[in-house]
Amino acid sequence: MSRYRAIALLPVMAALSGCNLVVLNPAGDVASQQGDLVVISTLLMLLIIVPVMALTVLFAWRYRQSNNTARYEPDWDHSTQLELVIWAAPLLIIICLGAITWVTTHKLDPYRPLDRIASDKPVPAGAKPLDVQVVALDWKWLFVYPEYGIASVNEMAAPVDRQIRFSLTASTVMNSFYVPALAGMIYTMPGMETKLHAVINEPGTYKGFSSNYSGAGFSHMRFNFLGLSNQDFDGWVSKVKSAGGSLDRNAYLALEKPSEAVPVQHYGTVDPKLFNAVVNMCVRPGTMCMSDMAAIDRAGGLNAGGKAAAEAILRANTLAGFPDTQQTGLCTVAEAVEAAASNSGAVQRPTVTPISASATPAGPQRLANP
Amino acid sequence: MLETLTTFLFGRLSLESFPYHEPIVVATFFAVVLGGIALVAALSYFKLWGYLWTEWFTTVDHKRIGIMYMVLGLIMLLRGFADAIMMRAQQAIAFNGSEGYLNSHHFDQVFTAHGVIMIFFVAMPLVTGLMNYVVPLQIGARDVSFPFLNNFSFWMTVGGAVLIMASLFVGEFARTGWLAYPPLSGLEASPDVGVDYYIWALQVAGVGTTLSGINLICTIVKMRAPGMTMMKMPVFTWTSLCTNVLIVASFPILTAVLVLLSLDRYVGTHFFTNDMGGNPMMYVNLIWIWGHPEVYILILPCFGIFSEVTSTFTGKKLFGYTSMVYATVVITILSYLVWLHHFFTMGSGASVNSFFGITTMIISIPTGAKIFNWLFTMYRGRIRFELPMMWTIAFMLTFVIGGMTGVLLAVPPADFVLHNSLFLIAHFHNVIIGGVLFGLFAGIYYWWPKAFGFRLDPFWGKMSFWFWVIGFYFAFMPLYVLGLMGVTRRLRVFEDPSLQIWFQIAAFGAVLIALGIGSFLIQIAVSVLKRRQLVDVSGDPWDGRTLEWATSSPPPGYNFAFTPVIHDNDAWWDMKKRGYARPLDGFRPIHMPSNTGTGVILAGISTVLGFALVWHIWWLAAVSFVGLLAVAINHTFNYNRDFHIPVDEVVRTESERTRLLSGQV
Repeated sequence: MSRYRAIALLPVMAALSGCNLVVLNPAGDVASQQGDLVVISTLLMLLIIVPVMALTVLFAWRYRQSNNTARYEPDWDHSTQLELVIWAAPLLIIICLGAITWVTTHKLDPYRPLDRIASDKPVPAGAKPLDVQVVALDWKWLFVYPEYGIASVNEMAAPVDRQIRFSLTASTVMNSFYVPALAGMIYTMPGMETKLHAVINEPGTYKGFSSNYSGAGFSHMRFNFLGLSNQDFDGWVSKVKSAGGSLDRNAYLALEKPSEAVPVQHYGTVDPKLFNAVVNMCVRPGTMCMSDMAAIDRAGGLNAGGKAAAEAILRANTLAGFPDTQQTGLCTVAEAVEAAASNSGAVQRPTVTPISASATPAGPQRLANP
Repeated sequence: MLETLTTFLFGRLSLESFPYHEPIVVATFFAVVLGGIALVAALSYFKLWGYLWTEWFTTVDHKRIGIMYMVLGLIMLLRGFADAIMMRAQQAIAFNGSEGYLNSHHFDQVFTAHGVIMIFFVAMPLVTGLMNYVVPLQIGARDVSFPFLNNFSFWMTVGGAVLIMASLFVGEFARTGWLAYPPLSGLEASPDVGVDYYIWALQVAGVGTTLSGINLICTIVKMRAPGMTMMKMPVFTWTSLCTNVLIVASFPILTAVLVLLSLDRYVGTHFFTNDMGGNPMMYVNLIWIWGHPEVYILILPCFGIFSEVTSTFTGKKLFGYTSMVYATVVITILSYLVWLHHFFTMGSGASVNSFFGITTMIISIPTGAKIFNWLFTMYRGRIRFELPMMWTIAFMLTFVIGGMTGVLLAVPPADFVLHNSLFLIAHFHNVIIGGVLFGLFAGIYYWWPKAFGFRLDPFWGKMSFWFWVIGFYFAFMPLYVLGLMGVTRRLRVFEDPSLQIWFQIAAFGAVLIALGIGSFLIQIAVSVLKRRQLVDVSGDPWDGRTLEWATSSPPPGYNFAFTPVIHDNDAWWDMKKRGYARPLDGFRPIHMPSNTGTGVILAGISTVLGFALVWHIWWLAAVSFVGLLAVAINHTFNYNRDFHIPVDEVVRTESERTRLLSGQV
């Protein structure tokens, strides 16, 4: 592929020497394929763009008014053959480009696990991807490593040549996670979870940032992405572990508050259910998880079976002891009902805000934040 | 008690809402106030108020409304460009730990306002203005179908512009980016009035745009001169028809999505909130279902302008009229099937992304066919390089680059590395400046002599042309490079010092564009002063081909004393070829619509309503809403809607034209 790159960049080489076109020359296999696609598509389109521009200049010059030697045919306005050509030529290019698009879009779908870690290296059999959970906060990045039980703010590390499996979300507004050297971007959105698969092939320190405007601190929402050898990565993990600090729900709620240009922070332990709670927007004690809400709706809403489900969840959450203990990852109705069944004589939570009191007299739809 | 009273009277508005502690804003404010006082004083001194009111503000003449749209667009261009140059300056200096001169509170307003103003209050009024002016003339009509509605539409657009300008001095504007995605534009992340200004400015102006779309569709469908079948319509009229179909089909979506956002912000619903079942992605989908057709709303009329200009200045029939028309129609339809390409990176599946990527690419086929059609119109022509033609050539060379990068961005995996980057910014400025704006300039130079009876001074026009074109390349080519370096949009400060040189080049380009705008304004002033030398009495200074060149410049209020009969799509060219003789007698009284001030009043009240809603001044909102209904209902009892231009006035106008024409020979 470097062949294409060389050809495409030749004319602008001189102008651009010394500046780092990271999009065309990245250090990760996924970004590299995407960068190649940029070059290939451009070349394919230049097949038609260059002749059009040349003809424009040529015709403009040749048929200028002062040139009396050029033919002038004021009533010539149709040619079926020419019409066929001018519709067919772009069509052919688009057919090629469309085919490339279909294939590469599926191959480079960020949700699809990688089948290779470099152009000549398939993913080793049985290799486990590195899971990283990413939360875009106002205005910093939180990276959770569930495999190691650690977390880091505004710094991310990954071993080279190991597939990384990202799960991403955001706390309040939309951001987009982008490390140009690693792979294309993916949005991080509150209440939603997106996925990204990538691999870094060369050790180094790369820039990562948010590529979707998210408010006042957006410009400083940067982090370093460290591509490390296996050994260095293990060293990084133990460094983070030894940093101490625990990212439990209260620590998360403190971290979540808006702040700008935040320095790197490490957490030696992490609440394993934190990411799930962030996605379901129920980190704050007493907030109903979105999955619960959906489950109640699925059970028929508050007027039908869902009401029982809701009350079960409610009782379960109450008994689980909000807000003091952390074991509150009850995010399904089944769990809730189960928990409710094992705890009879529950008390109703006090902070219930019925939304439509007339339709659902006892219908707690949303639990207000304490 | 006092607090309750002030809250009742002024809503959220307080002394703190006025940015008197911001030197830049205060200086701007005083400049505007002094300019305003000077303008008011001059108008009073020369006793022009009555003239403006009776001849312009209340007019229902499509030509004058068209001109007023152009004036609005050009004034707002100055504001939108001021925002642009502020951004360029900030990004050129905010390196090496410098915060630049704008904090995020201002910078974020500036880029939001720039986008909103340039699209809604520059490009839209200019495009609508040209359509308003030219379409009825091209189809041989005396006015649009609903002349009062036309006046009302214009003033609603002005109302939106007034609200957005008010946000500069009273309160603040949105800090969300020009499409105001929730949750950022929701109440939690944006509790202040910025987003409310955004909503109501667009809602007020949107009423105008939608109604004007209906008006022009109706005009084109119902009011064409006898003999002008659909396939004999001039290409500009065709593209205008398609554009207005797009407006009518897409603006209601914008209205609806903004209503939903307002409900979230005003009454606590949860359409686009993070929880309670709200889904911000629904907003993103809806706004782009409007937003993508919107860019075709802007570019299609410009394609029409280029078609008219190319065929006129090459002295040739347009090559492939039929395929040009079908290409336009195909683009119109396809523009509804591509919206998702604006958010490939939000996690849609690969098949969905491929589908929208490929539909997007398919649009390039009819667009490419159009480029070839212009190219082969030039082929074996006699090209006169007057200013409109210069803009057209610049367009053809520039637009193909923007088109190419656009198709590139339609390849989803490529978009994953370029989305939201400065490459994207370079791309859409490449098509909007290189396509829409160059087209508007071509149109302005082309039709100016028709509207005013004299040409624009060519020297300053060429200055403006070269400053604009060269400035464009300096301002936006560096952004392509920066995009490939992985630089994202809307950043206020930078870390990497190696980027700075590119931003400085871009800022230099912006300065060149400023000179281009300056030259254009000088050109207008110089041309007005030299109007006797630049005069055109023929009404047909370019040896035109379509019907607007058949009447005098400027055309009489009734456009055509007799409705022409059409035999060819180059109607006027055909008439000239067949030795058409102007009728000199047999004139009859002409039935015309009467002026009315209702449009101004309704739009004024709507603006006050918008302001009241922005600031939660509920009593004022209620009063103005009732007022709006009362004035509208009252207007239905206005029976003084039309009059006849008496025969002797028509005779007088027409014999004056005969005298001028004979004097010319």
